[in-house]
Amino acid sequence: MEAAPILQVRDLSVTLDSEAGPVLAVRSVSYSVRPGEVFGIVGESGSGKSVSSLAVMSLLPSHARIRGSVLFRGQELLGQSDRALSRIRGRRIAMVFQDPLSALTPVYSVGDQIAEAILVHESMSREAATERAVELLALVGIPSPRHRATAFPHEFSGGMRQRAMIAMAIANRPDLIIADEPTTALDVTIQAQILQVLRTAQEVTGAAIILITHDMGIIAGMADRVGVMYAGKLVETGSVDDVFYRARMPYTLGLLGSIPRLDRGTHQALTPIEGTPPSLVDLPPGCPFESRCPLRIPSCREVEPPLLEMAASGPGHLAACHRSAEVERRDLKSADVFPAPPPHASDRDGAPRAELDQVLEVQDLVKHFPLVKGAILRRRVGTVHAVDGISFDIRRGETLGLVGESGCGKTTAIMEILNLLAPTSGRIVVFGRDTANITHRERFETRRDLQVVFQDPMASLDPRLPVHDILAEPLEAHGVPAVEHSARVRELLRLVGLEPQHASRYPQALSGGQRQRVGIARALALEPRLLVLDEPVSSLDVSIRAGVINLLEQLKKELGLSYLFVAHDLSVVRHIADRVAVMYLGRFVEIGAVDDVFDRPAHPYTQALLSAIPLPDPVKERTRTRIVLEGDLPDPSDPPTGCRFRTRCQKFSGELADAARRRCIEEQPALAARTGGPDHLDACHYAVTASVL
Amino acid sequence: MISFLLRRLAYLALLVLVATSAAYFLAATQLNPRSRYEGRNPPPPAAVVDAALDALNLNDRTPVLERFARWSTGVFHGDLGRTVDNTSVNEEIDRRMWVSLRLMLLGAILGSALGVAGGAYAAVKQYQKFDHVLTVFSFVILSIPTVVLAVLYKNAGIGLNNLLGFTGETKLLYTTGEMTPGLDPWTGAGIMDRMAHLILPTLVLASISIAFYGRYQRNAMLDILGSDFLRTAQAKGLPRSRALIRHGLRTALIPMVTFFAYQFALLFVGATFTEKIFGWHGMGEYFVNSVTGQDVNSVAGVTLFVAILVLIAGFLADVAYAALDPRVRV
Repeated sequence: MEAAPILQVRDLSVTLDSEAGPVLAVRSVSYSVRPGEVFGIVGESGSGKSVSSLAVMSLLPSHARIRGSVLFRGQELLGQSDRALSRIRGRRIAMVFQDPLSALTPVYSVGDQIAEAILVHESMSREAATERAVELLALVGIPSPRHRATAFPHEFSGGMRQRAMIAMAIANRPDLIIADEPTTALDVTIQAQILQVLRTAQEVTGAAIILITHDMGIIAGMADRVGVMYAGKLVETGSVDDVFYRARMPYTLGLLGSIPRLDRGTHQALTPIEGTPPSLVDLPPGCPFESRCPLRIPSCREVEPPLLEMAASGPGHLAACHRSAEVERRDLKSADVFPAPPPHASDRDGAPRAELDQVLEVQDLVKHFPLVKGAILRRRVGTVHAVDGISFDIRRGETLGLVGESGCGKTTAIMEILNLLAPTSGRIVVFGRDTANITHRERFETRRDLQVVFQDPMASLDPRLPVHDILAEPLEAHGVPAVEHSARVRELLRLVGLEPQHASRYPQALSGGQRQRVGIARALALEPRLLVLDEPVSSLDVSIRAGVINLLEQLKKELGLSYLFVAHDLSVVRHIADRVAVMYLGRFVEIGAVDDVFDRPAHPYTQALLSAIPLPDPVKERTRTRIVLEGDLPDPSDPPTGCRFRTRCQKFSGELADAARRRCIEEQPALAARTGGPDHLDACHYAVTASVL
Repeated sequence: MISFLLRRLAYLALLVLVATSAAYFLAATQLNPRSRYEGRNPPPPAAVVDAALDALNLNDRTPVLERFARWSTGVFHGDLGRTVDNTSVNEEIDRRMWVSLRLMLLGAILGSALGVAGGAYAAVKQYQKFDHVLTVFSFVILSIPTVVLAVLYKNAGIGLNNLLGFTGETKLLYTTGEMTPGLDPWTGAGIMDRMAHLILPTLVLASISIAFYGRYQRNAMLDILGSDFLRTAQAKGLPRSRALIRHGLRTALIPMVTFFAYQFALLFVGATFTEKIFGWHGMGEYFVNSVTGQDVNSVAGVTLFVAILVLIAGFLADVAYAALDPRVRV
């Protein structure tokens, strides 16, 4: 039973002007979307996935040159007048954009903006439209919608704004919704909520969805069919099962192999894709992936492979590779194509944890920020409990992952440690020295051993310094003789997998992955013993990310480093960390060995967090039961009494009797071993382990 | 919000106090009203000069603090003192501020409306013909000093009159004064006469405003044009023109509010050079004349008047900003 496609894109090409010359952002892309299905488009930044969908809506800037054909229900959209298109936009085809803060007009109330979407297409009274808007807000799960409809976008949280965007998109019951990275700017538990809302929206309207994302996990969980884009081209397309389990284009294989898997742990070998995507300004002939592909043959350089039907898979599975038939015949997997470093289960020298030296000990660390009001007469009106009593230690050669959503206090915690000053209260002991009573000199010396790698490598490297000077700066500050600088810089570059000639380059001449390697080299310059890594890979594309993760693991082994690894991406943490601490609203809710915490999570928040992360595995995604938390993070200046998580806790609202709940409201649960090993601590009165992966 | 505005008002009132006092001390110590009597022939007796200056509170032999005390007591009772010609500063301001308003109102409205519209349109048509024309116009106008611009327009007006044969008493465009003396201002002929006097100075003022607002509005609009919410508005189904006006221009107007508030509050203060060149006896001319005429009380009085208008403008800007932008309402 094959329904007629609702949208047919044929040979769509988009050229954008740039200072460097015309950019071939999209090259001859063809796909079709059938009624009611979810078609996923996946790709890294610059692959053309957003541009191609904006071209469908003719919403690109006027300098864009679009060629090809876009048929919506048989009607050609390209070349239509703005007036004709405006009758289709929002009514038949709706869009949900990535950043919900900038995508809503700041000066109109949310209700008015939704009502406007209805009023441009339907003649009804303003009151009726407003009433409709309130109904829609209720449908997408905004609490007290009548009241919230009068609020302005800046008064909404990120998740609520995205709900409002979806309400706007489904206001006129469109046939097709294009969702462009709808959850990228959101935290994972909020992402899970929004994906749920999208599913609801689809059920209510019966619309087809084009879901654009860089997250293979979201595709696996949401899409029926998927298209993989690389360098402006569709390089593989087919049903999710075909693409995930029988990928035939080496890029797809590499992409799938480079994702750390939440359900596989440290035993998984990550397959990084070497190099970077080509520039779309002067694209050489041949396959754009040729320079990074281990399977390349001479003809790849000359002829760009067309999309070929894969005979063994289901119909509609196409891959653009000269050797796809061979890949199919031999059924090659990621690890067969891409060389991966051998996995290492645990690097600890086998000694029990308690016998290893402590490199960092944190006891009851507290950091409060005063909330002040008034310009001349400042008065304290409240306190933000950013970090509210956390304790942990890191042993030699160990990696502690610190995970939590934005606003949970993880950045504040590491900044307190890096300050090397006495905290508001509690104790920080670095290499056996208590920061409360060390001299200025000792503090300076301690910094040699304690270094940091920041999230954004572009912002944390001085753009005016060449790489050599960036790496030599810490050496100079710590009095290493100038004659030794060059040799040390060369050694550092080699250590992080860069070439000696990179020393003379400036940061802007490097790719994102290379920049982060420079950031790591700088942190290693003084041979530290403990590295604090603040979201070191979250700004990198997936294929680049794997290389940096592997580098970090290799360096840890070679140099005997300890890591404090802060991340919101639990998959990366599972891959790299030995132990993990989960933070919520300034406190730890669970801490323990990674396998304990990920396989047998005890705290309801950990369970929800793990359950919210989409796995890049369609079968698992379909069969998983999902815990979707309600609401947003509470205001950290006014945390709930008792257990801080109880306002969103699925156990509190769903399982516990009233008498049991009282304990959650009144008594703050301490971090204790409740469910198993002595090293697996949780902060839930009623902790029960459960497997959610 | 109310308490914020009240605090802001108190702060601005303090500024008025400081500015006015500073202006008084500066004028009282640097200007020399006595010199007006010194050049006379025969020279008046010293006692007569002192008595005349004392009566006007302008005697430089009286300690400046004593003069300031007398002046400020008067100000608190609503009396700004006497000019060097022994007329009331209050009356002088009361008469001249309306002259300035009549001169500038039309130019300001035309200039800001056309400036905003032109700037916004130029942004939408960036690097196209209209944008280039407006850019060249703006840079030319803004780089010519007002006095030169006014003289150019005046000469162009005279040239036009001669060209079209208006060489007698009745002219197409008048270049001096507010109206022809002796005409009843409320008859049709009177109004036509006023308009004929108003056209040239209005063109000068409007040109400057268009150039100024055009540049600012163009930049504000360019910031908005690439924004996601404009794309959302089109994705909802608004035609591009409507999205540009309802969502784009509406948001791009917010940063312009401060300029508007100041311009409209300062309409009473006048345009010094335009008034001088076209012979309108407004506030701008008054200020220049009072400085050159050693008129301490007038300088201080005009400064106080301007300071109060700036206060009102600042307050107006805050209120308007809050009205237009929900993000700053607290």
